[in-house]
Amino acid sequence: MNAPCADVVEILLVVNDEPVAVLAPPADRLADLLRERLGLTGTKIGCNAGDCGACTVLLDGQQVCACLVPAVQADGRRVTTVEGLARDGKLDRLQRAFLAHGAAQCGICTPGMLLAATDLLARTPQPTAAEVEDALGGVLCRCTGYRKIVDAVLAAASGDVAITAPAAGNAVGARAPKTDGAAKLNGAERYGADWAPVTALWLRTIRSPHARARFRIGDTAPLLAKHPGLATVVTARDVPVNSFGIFPDVKDQPVLADGEARFRGEAVLCLVGEQEAIAHIPESEIPIEWEPLAPAADLDTALAAAAPIHAAKADNVLVRGRVTKGDVDGALAAAPLVAEGEFTTSYVEHAYIEPEAGYAEPFVESGVERIRIFACTQTPYMDRDEIARILGLRASQVHIVPSAVGGGFGGKLDIAIQPLLAVAAWKLRRPVRGVYTRPESLASTTKRHPARMKARFACDREGRLVAADFFGDFNTGAYASWGNTVANRVPIHASGPYAVPNVRALTRAVYTNGPIAGAFRGFGVPQSTIVHEALLDELAQKAGIDRLEFRHRNALRAGQATATGQVIEASAGLVACLDALRPKWQGATAAAEAFNGAQRKRVGLAGRRRGVGIACMWYGIGNTVIANPSTMRAGLRADGRILFYNGAVDIGQGSNTILVQVLADALGLPMGAIDFVMGDTDLTHDAGKTSASRQAFVSGNAARLAGAQLRQRMINLVEARPDATLRLEPGRLVAEDADGVKHIDLGELPRDARGDVLFGEGTFNPPTVPLDADGQGVPYATYAFAAQMAEVEVDLALGTTKVLRITAAHDVGRAINPTQVEGQIHGGVAQGLGLALMEEYHAGRTENLHDYLIPTFGDVPPIDVILVEDAEPLGPYGAKGVGEPALVPTAPAIFGAIRHATGVVVRHAPATPARLRAAILEAQR
Amino acid sequence: MYLRPESVDEALAALAARPLTVLAGGTDFYPARVGRPITEDVLDISRLAELRGIRDEGRNWRIGALTTWTDVARAALPPVFRALQQAAREVGGVQIQNAGTVAGNLCNASPAADGAPALMSLGAQVELRRADATRTVPLTDFVVGNRATQRGVEELATGILVPKWAAQDRHSARSVFLKLGARRYLVISIVMVSLAMEISPTGKITRCGIAVGACAPVAKRLTALEKKLLGNRLTPEVAAIPAPEHLAALAPIDDVRATADYRRDAALELVRRGLAELAAEAGEGMDWS
Repeated sequence: MNAPCADVVEILLVVNDEPVAVLAPPADRLADLLRERLGLTGTKIGCNAGDCGACTVLLDGQQVCACLVPAVQADGRRVTTVEGLARDGKLDRLQRAFLAHGAAQCGICTPGMLLAATDLLARTPQPTAAEVEDALGGVLCRCTGYRKIVDAVLAAASGDVAITAPAAGNAVGARAPKTDGAAKLNGAERYGADWAPVTALWLRTIRSPHARARFRIGDTAPLLAKHPGLATVVTARDVPVNSFGIFPDVKDQPVLADGEARFRGEAVLCLVGEQEAIAHIPESEIPIEWEPLAPAADLDTALAAAAPIHAAKADNVLVRGRVTKGDVDGALAAAPLVAEGEFTTSYVEHAYIEPEAGYAEPFVESGVERIRIFACTQTPYMDRDEIARILGLRASQVHIVPSAVGGGFGGKLDIAIQPLLAVAAWKLRRPVRGVYTRPESLASTTKRHPARMKARFACDREGRLVAADFFGDFNTGAYASWGNTVANRVPIHASGPYAVPNVRALTRAVYTNGPIAGAFRGFGVPQSTIVHEALLDELAQKAGIDRLEFRHRNALRAGQATATGQVIEASAGLVACLDALRPKWQGATAAAEAFNGAQRKRVGLAGRRRGVGIACMWYGIGNTVIANPSTMRAGLRADGRILFYNGAVDIGQGSNTILVQVLADALGLPMGAIDFVMGDTDLTHDAGKTSASRQAFVSGNAARLAGAQLRQRMINLVEARPDATLRLEPGRLVAEDADGVKHIDLGELPRDARGDVLFGEGTFNPPTVPLDADGQGVPYATYAFAAQMAEVEVDLALGTTKVLRITAAHDVGRAINPTQVEGQIHGGVAQGLGLALMEEYHAGRTENLHDYLIPTFGDVPPIDVILVEDAEPLGPYGAKGVGEPALVPTAPAIFGAIRHATGVVVRHAPATPARLRAAILEAQR
Repeated sequence: MYLRPESVDEALAALAARPLTVLAGGTDFYPARVGRPITEDVLDISRLAELRGIRDEGRNWRIGALTTWTDVARAALPPVFRALQQAAREVGGVQIQNAGTVAGNLCNASPAADGAPALMSLGAQVELRRADATRTVPLTDFVVGNRATQRGVEELATGILVPKWAAQDRHSARSVFLKLGARRYLVISIVMVSLAMEISPTGKITRCGIAVGACAPVAKRLTALEKKLLGNRLTPEVAAIPAPEHLAALAPIDDVRATADYRRDAALELVRRGLAELAAEAGEGMDWS
């Protein structure tokens, strides 16, 4: 089989037991062959480099990365993809176990996990947990923290798993399987790269190789002439309004850089055309002249810079945040015990396994020109408004259809590929699609803010906190993104979940020529929590009080005031979290000390020390002061189904499931009666962004209100009593109450424009009070609380840290779905562990998933979750939020444990082996 | 041009005719071409069935060029191959181990190639064939720098030859591979070491190979340390012998994974641990045959 590389050859293979003949270039990746030539998009591409394992398929029964197999090597062989697992539309045993155990969240890694596990179970029908980890260790997951995947594989090995749905009225609190679970398990789910009109052209973006440079784009006519498959070149000149940004008054980021690039990876030009043709254009042919400039690479350079990165901000300070209460200086001067320190953190990448992808498609509807964007996003309505602004259209001309989202974590709150697709499609009046490569996704999209923070905390001799003084600089990179949010959220949280009478917390978000820092699970609070928890450990030591008891003594309780002067009236479950941890804390501390005693006695080369750490957190649910309403609608259809118009995007965290649980109970109907649409801006109302841990609380309330209204209208329709039991049958509504059974045929009723015969709507906006100049006010309606305990083992000579166990006690108000809450906590813990020990993004040096490290199967320890349900009166059935809170305390708990083990205070995250070893040596000097 | 010959002779003839990029498992080929179309001419050797598998050839073991990491891990081999089998389970994930080849790992010549230290400690040679000649090159000479080897453009690495250890009566040999990275799976080494030891019936070290990877552009043998160890009895005390001067051959760098100083320290620590582990096993009276 010898052939020119680009020419196609016939490849005969057996795919999912079906013989297939396909024409493809021999060196094409098998993953592309499956997806593009056979339409089997269940095989996902996360990196094209064998780093993530999302594309894992079976080749003659053995797991391989389909992105690393030349198409021609599949000739004569058997390929199994995720589409081949379910039989006759029924999930197989492994898939059912994944569904029952909540082993799939966003679902983008799930096909790879399933196939790696299928390979394992065929060879080793009764594996141990360690064998599961070894076999699946080549697949990365960013959502689950892996433990539920291990559980699911072990469960599938030991027998079949029943999937049960809760009965009507019992959905809230039930471990209901994901409403969108089957599609995530059988490969049917469509993510951003999985769907586009067949006529779509492709987009390829050319990016700045320099952190800061002026550039000039020359004449592109020769390029267009030379490459007939190149339809157009899009530059800044093609963008009607070339600026965007999160805040109405900070639209500082261009869609395409206009003459100056401000960070490495910034988009400067797009090639649009036939996929093969644009891929083959060498960068050397593209007429761009670069003039590199000295970048402001870090905080100090930027703060000292003579040349501002943005003309509007001469000092490179985007914004300052401030919360002050009481007399901090006086309290510090008078306090007997003070702890202080400086701490720094690194750029951290979201590393969702799905790179940005989608398509834009102009269309005409009722004589109006419109554009549809299908892409992965966390915030369809912000996307709609931003795309409309960029194209100079009315919002109603833009139709956002969110794809399934393969992980977000804050990184898909900013538009990324969408405006590029939109501008190109609008220019050509043709559909245009695109998929970011992994290096492109890493280089161009947002990160967690690197922070440099100094603080002093003081307590009295009894260990009562009297003052907290915090100052933090947050590197927001080249553009604002969510820098304002970080700078404003951090001061509110910087004194921790404690009652502190005197607080001064100041922040700056600083522009640099680094990667853009934006929203990432916790908006700066994970960074500032490292500071207060380290200083609390030190104060506890100085006061001679156990670290848990010190926190218990200071924990915010209902009736106490926060740093912003807000009195927490209810649902402050931190004390309960600490009480729940106490017995485990005492046991673990004693065990660690016994282990260390034995180690000290042993004269060995491989000294190890164990330690236990504890960290607390609180987290305001929803936007900081800014209104963030959600409106939900539920319609009764003529066929007897409920259609839930759900504007909240599920990015894997599970809103598609918990909102249906809430709605079902509000309606008094089983979950199975409800169908839903998600995030489609032509069909749903604005539910706000999937961010700030707000969907359960805010959209949950809206869904509850919508359900209550629809229920009332159904009751009225059938003239039943308020406490009637409702039932939906095909085409009929049935009500049963003390008067008997009543029913009504729905087919004869008039329908509204959406096709609903009845509907209910609900809106909820969390009540807040604006902050004054000192940051005093009510920034959030409710707060989540948590305490986590980490047990670690440090190899002293190598500086490596193995986390042995995390025990996580979280006050979630009410766990609408305990499996999903645990899943959020597991995933947050895994990301917190990464932040603590390995994650560190360097532009130009870690633009792939083997140099940028996220935790793997073997890195995430057993996680014991303790759910504390201190009901929030404002929440839907008492619920608050958990998405971000899960991550916030993990890194500081690990650092506390490292300190307990070694005596070393980690002052820079991540504590890589080299850094920790250097700190241990330093401490020994 | 994409060639997929069915015989080695055909492959060698093709290499003699024009420069070709050799592709076996693809696990290094594709990661080097993310987001780029494939434009070069490829010699896909995956059909050269004669190159797959591990064979006892009397004086040597031959690891054919198409032998995958999984093949190595699953093979029944003498205990001295343990380091290589341990390394086989540390290369990428199982998917990579199922597709990637040992020879390809050497030819790709990454400073962090997982296969290099283990094979180097075993004294492996690389067999290079061209249309009209065959030569063998010690692995210590084969890799000459970061992504650079002695393989000529007309040559194909057809196999790896590992000399027999413990060939003398009642001698025994064993090895150990230690990999240090910042996470458990899918990790590029910060440092790795491989130690192979042969001992006499009285426990004396009669032969040893110690190699360190990811601490220089190419993996390095610690020959001074090896000389120092020869003749000692393999007891836990030997773990105290390695000293910083034995690591003079290393030239570690500062990069995103670690500092040079750390790498040097960690290499020494891992060599000591490897010795301690082998000594402990010797002491436990394990079967070293």
